[in-house]
Amino acid sequence: MSLNSTDNYQVKVVAIRDVAPTIREFTLQGINGELTPFSPGAHVVVAMPGETAEGKAKTWKNAYSLLSDPRDSSTYKIAVRLQDQSRGGSVFMHTRVSEGDILEITPPANLFAPYWRAQKHLLIAGGVGITPFMSYLPELQRAGANFELHYSYRGNQTGAYAAELQQQLGDQVRCYDADAGERLQLAELLKQQPRGTHIYVCGPELLLDGVRQNAALLGYPDSLIHFEEFAAPQPGEPFSVTLESSGQKVDVGADESLLEALEASGVKVPNLCRGGVCGQCVTKLVDGEAEHRDAFLDDGERQSCIMPCVSRAKSKGLVLGL
Amino acid sequence: MRIAPTKLETFRDDFSYTNSDFAIERFPFPFPQDDYMYSVNIEPHTLPGPVDSVYEHLIDVDEHYLSEMRERSLVLEEMPKRCLAMPHMELACWDMIDRCMTTMAEDYPEWFSLTKNGDQWHWHNKLLKIEDTFTFGDSSTLPMPPMEYMGRQVQGDFALLDQRDGDLFMDAGVVTCPADWSIAFDAGMGFKEWHGPVPMANEMGIFDRALKYLCAIPVNRPVRRLNWTLTVNARMDTSPETYSKWGSDRTTLTPENIGKKIYLRVELQMMDRMPRSNALMMSIRTYLASMEDLCSNPEWARRLHRVMKGLPQPLVEYKGLTRYHPMLVEWLSQFDPVN
Repeated sequence: MSLNSTDNYQVKVVAIRDVAPTIREFTLQGINGELTPFSPGAHVVVAMPGETAEGKAKTWKNAYSLLSDPRDSSTYKIAVRLQDQSRGGSVFMHTRVSEGDILEITPPANLFAPYWRAQKHLLIAGGVGITPFMSYLPELQRAGANFELHYSYRGNQTGAYAAELQQQLGDQVRCYDADAGERLQLAELLKQQPRGTHIYVCGPELLLDGVRQNAALLGYPDSLIHFEEFAAPQPGEPFSVTLESSGQKVDVGADESLLEALEASGVKVPNLCRGGVCGQCVTKLVDGEAEHRDAFLDDGERQSCIMPCVSRAKSKGLVLGL
Repeated sequence: MRIAPTKLETFRDDFSYTNSDFAIERFPFPFPQDDYMYSVNIEPHTLPGPVDSVYEHLIDVDEHYLSEMRERSLVLEEMPKRCLAMPHMELACWDMIDRCMTTMAEDYPEWFSLTKNGDQWHWHNKLLKIEDTFTFGDSSTLPMPPMEYMGRQVQGDFALLDQRDGDLFMDAGVVTCPADWSIAFDAGMGFKEWHGPVPMANEMGIFDRALKYLCAIPVNRPVRRLNWTLTVNARMDTSPETYSKWGSDRTTLTPENIGKKIYLRVELQMMDRMPRSNALMMSIRTYLASMEDLCSNPEWARRLHRVMKGLPQPLVEYKGLTRYHPMLVEWLSQFDPVN
């Protein structure tokens, strides 16, 4: 990938290994040149050409954190959890991708960078939410930063890298295997932190809510709490939208996002994170009631806008200003 | 065909700066319609852009390269504080060196070459006759601090914005051809601080939207926008620090000389994510063309008249055009008789 072009990257899958019962790790190498270096917390979007349950061709696009050392861009690594209610992307990565295959990825973007001026970093990971921290840790260690990692998982399903992290980090990491009855006590953990500690959380919604609630009770200011949500669009009821300019109707299936349905119908919407945080895909909502699932629009904006990457219809149909 | 930079012109004293026909033809004319409104006119800087246009490469090296680099060193000699980098921006400065050198060597192999052997890099700038071997990331192996070293070899002003807390901070830069702003003054400021106040922009929520957009820019997906103002004489350095030298230029304008002395000053602003530091590089490349040169294109001449005539008063004041705006509109009206 020549750096004077702005194309996506073509990468070759050079290694695949299972790092937990439901998590598979992929090592990716650039096929027309060097990959760009990246910063801790960065992610890429992987395009996965597959097919729906009904046998229709369909390209899934999922965002995955880069989990190797940011100083080493000879390869990228991502880890994919086979989701219980998979929308196709994780099934594709687990069953259809072999070593030697070529994939298309976007260049790295970062919506979850460490706050380097923090006196202390408290990292809280749940399950496959360990991935963005895998790129934090080498940089935090090099910087001699004060940090702790608390990592909870279910050993029968997840728990990738737990053993090697314990070996490398010693006291700086605590692991909690829920399947072995070990519990991360969030209230206790947050109470012990020195003032001004920055908290980073990545994992399932339940963990995020737990941190948010406990932090609020203890009076943590919002500026100290950093989230990377797994904002993969949740499935929902099918609905349809009408495009204001052309009158074209687009059906959105139960297991696809509004953005994916628009793209499948040839409607281009600018987008970046595909997870409700970056704001690139904001689209005018002309009529209908939306079920907003993004973390970007404020209440005022929600009256007249929707983010099709994650949000859906509450009413039977929507009219979009496209 | 791109013109090799050979001339040495001045942007001060005798103002010997001129544009070739080629430079006028490729001038980034910023008015797509007859009225002008401030907006978030950001678009992807898709590379490579149209051949020979100012958008062809990430860094546009044009016929004024030598002249602009000499002007930069004149400014830095007098005022070294026009270049700065806070200590936490060191990695970002090296990101910038990587980005500029790598693309310049690929895009202009006849003028620049870069050889990487692990961390040992060899850079040859044939236009400025600079040749150095250094260790990537080790600032002690460069003849001067990394921001100044690169800044002296690339046209346009540069700022490196540190991204924290959903905001962008002006924590490093080299700024010698600004449209009345100062890196020393803005150092450390957040996005809204260094932009404000712009009439009408804030209430429109423009800054909130722009900031969210900029914070989400990924690596290798640069974006750009055009901004413009007017400058009396082909003066690159219209900084607050030197106001005493140029502030009175506008009193020299007459209906006879205004076409030659008023320059449309267009900034091609480009934002590019730095991969290792996650900083955002903002380059502000200034293109100057006199009203007379621009009006050699009848379409531009008509458009300029309509835009200037319809410019809202708050913008006339904000851009500092109050004193000569009516005289300019009168001069431009010769190209647009029906209006």
